[in-house]
Amino acid sequence: MAARHKSVETKYMEDRDAALRGLRGLDRRTFLKVLAATTGAVMAKSLMPPHSFQLVEVANAAPDKTAGAAGMAGKPPFTFAYISDSHLYQRTLNQRFVRAVARAVDDVNALDPQPDFVLFGGDLAQLGRREELDLGMQLLAEVKAPVKMMVGEHDWFYDMGDAWQEMFGPPNYSFDWKGVHVVVLMSVHEKDFWTARKMTPAERMHTVAGLDNGIQSRFEVGDDERKWLAADLAKVPHTTPLLVFSHSPLYKYYRNWNFWTDDAEQVQAILKPYQHVTVIHGHTHQMLYNQIGNISFYGMLSTAWPWPYAPTGLPPLTIQMNRADPFDQFDGLGDGRINVRADGLADKIYSLWDRNPVTVKADYLVSHGKIARPPAPQFASY
Amino acid sequence: MTRRSIALATAAGAAAILAVVMHAPRLRAQPAPPLPVHQVPVSKNGGTVVMLCDGKTSVEVKGLKPGESMPHAQAVEIARQLMAQWQREHPSEKWEMAQQEHQTDQSPQPVPAPSAASGAGTAAAKPTGAKLQSKGTQQGDTYASFTDRDYKVWKNETDNFVAQGNQLFHDGAAVGGTIGVSCDMCHPDGSNTHPETYPKYQVQLQRVALLRDMIDWCIENPLKGKALDPNDTRLRALEAYILAQRKGVALDYGKH
Repeated sequence: MAARHKSVETKYMEDRDAALRGLRGLDRRTFLKVLAATTGAVMAKSLMPPHSFQLVEVANAAPDKTAGAAGMAGKPPFTFAYISDSHLYQRTLNQRFVRAVARAVDDVNALDPQPDFVLFGGDLAQLGRREELDLGMQLLAEVKAPVKMMVGEHDWFYDMGDAWQEMFGPPNYSFDWKGVHVVVLMSVHEKDFWTARKMTPAERMHTVAGLDNGIQSRFEVGDDERKWLAADLAKVPHTTPLLVFSHSPLYKYYRNWNFWTDDAEQVQAILKPYQHVTVIHGHTHQMLYNQIGNISFYGMLSTAWPWPYAPTGLPPLTIQMNRADPFDQFDGLGDGRINVRADGLADKIYSLWDRNPVTVKADYLVSHGKIARPPAPQFASY
Repeated sequence: MTRRSIALATAAGAAAILAVVMHAPRLRAQPAPPLPVHQVPVSKNGGTVVMLCDGKTSVEVKGLKPGESMPHAQAVEIARQLMAQWQREHPSEKWEMAQQEHQTDQSPQPVPAPSAASGAGTAAAKPTGAKLQSKGTQQGDTYASFTDRDYKVWKNETDNFVAQGNQLFHDGAAVGGTIGVSCDMCHPDGSNTHPETYPKYQVQLQRVALLRDMIDWCIENPLKGKALDPNDTRLRALEAYILAQRKGVALDYGKH
């Protein structure tokens, strides 16, 4: 069918190429004029990205005096970028997802100023194989800024994290950055569903890899790691802004697809005493944000494929992103940037490929939707 | 249809669904089997042989050449002869008994409709071989002469087909994909496949598309496979699964 029916995008690009081929006889001045007009026409149809990255306001929001974080007084704001959910197969099997990661790497390398660091949000591999992780490591090695790694369930359940930990170290860790305490969690532990079923490692991995595979358990941070988190935070003043990275959302969105962390309330309770907490998570492959008490949550985009919104449980503050065009490999995907403001809150820029970027300001979440509402979609998920 | 699979079909809830999934045979690349064709005997006298829908009972209309039609009264008489012959050959068929019972007013008590109030006791008492015909019910045709058991068999057959589609939906290689991608990766539980919105003008294809056009498009592009033939059992099973996921959603063709 594809051979018989060209997509609109293909037709436009062919028309444009044909027009440009016809211009060879023109003088340079006229040629450039027509070239600009042709490119403009293509861009007007939203067939080309206006620019993958537009510099959006950095830390321009007025400090929130009522909730100002004393610990941030006089501290400079900073920016970090993310790439997430690349789901790489071996290079020989699937080039599609490799191209996508390369595009994201180009994006973050083109950022000016450069981000302080780049978070990789988990699910580097698709089936947890060492070759997949190796490929991911090679691709991410091209990133100019330092890369912080987070683990996802696709990286873990083939060998229960052996290869990943060997390459990247412990899956949960913390560090301080310009007045902010940063915590990276391993939030995708699952209770043992495989031993009783006598599953092989590959079967276990394949089960976890299936979003709608109901045999698997629900994600959880788990007792041990929650204890670790509480101990890690014991020395951090409650006025210090927290930035928490988790692969799964640290709240309950949709159980059937594990858009879910089973012990989310217990983790939230540990974070509750802090004035400003921002949780950045992967896994859901969509524009997604939520506010629970003092905690602002942002989901990251994937580079591999977008996910529809779940049939129930969508956080009320989330404004859906436009449904992805299945005819465009890159639509609904992308990477992003987070501006941590002087007051400790974080503004989020969804850098959607082939679309205008969407900024979700912290003010929108902490005001519970009263101000700074992001743009509405034309087409919601089915 | 084995007794066991009937039992599976009647089991309630998730257990039944799981059982059907596990027992569904795997579909291979093959065209759907042709529909049955009745072999009508050749006329010995140059007339036309007319066959009943059972594919066996037939009578010959003398003097009616192929392609000709007969007067209405004669057609009614031929139909009567066919039914009379069938009834002679099948004296104990249930539909006939149902008809007699209805006429002599000896039908069994109507089976109460299942409801929250009726409870398990009523359901257990429901005779599995009971006729569906009852007093106050019109005489029907095809479906009127079947029992609860028949309905269970059909449901099981349908659920099995949907379960086969479910497997294919979760196995890219089984539908010809070559890069590890499967349907469920973008469409968990069949979400965002919106079969209820087809046919619709698909601007990227510049024509009106059916659901199967989009399935084939996905197999060719994200999955990097080859489009399935419209008669391929796998395409039919995928359609069945996707439609089954949207049970109860209102048809809204043309919606974007």
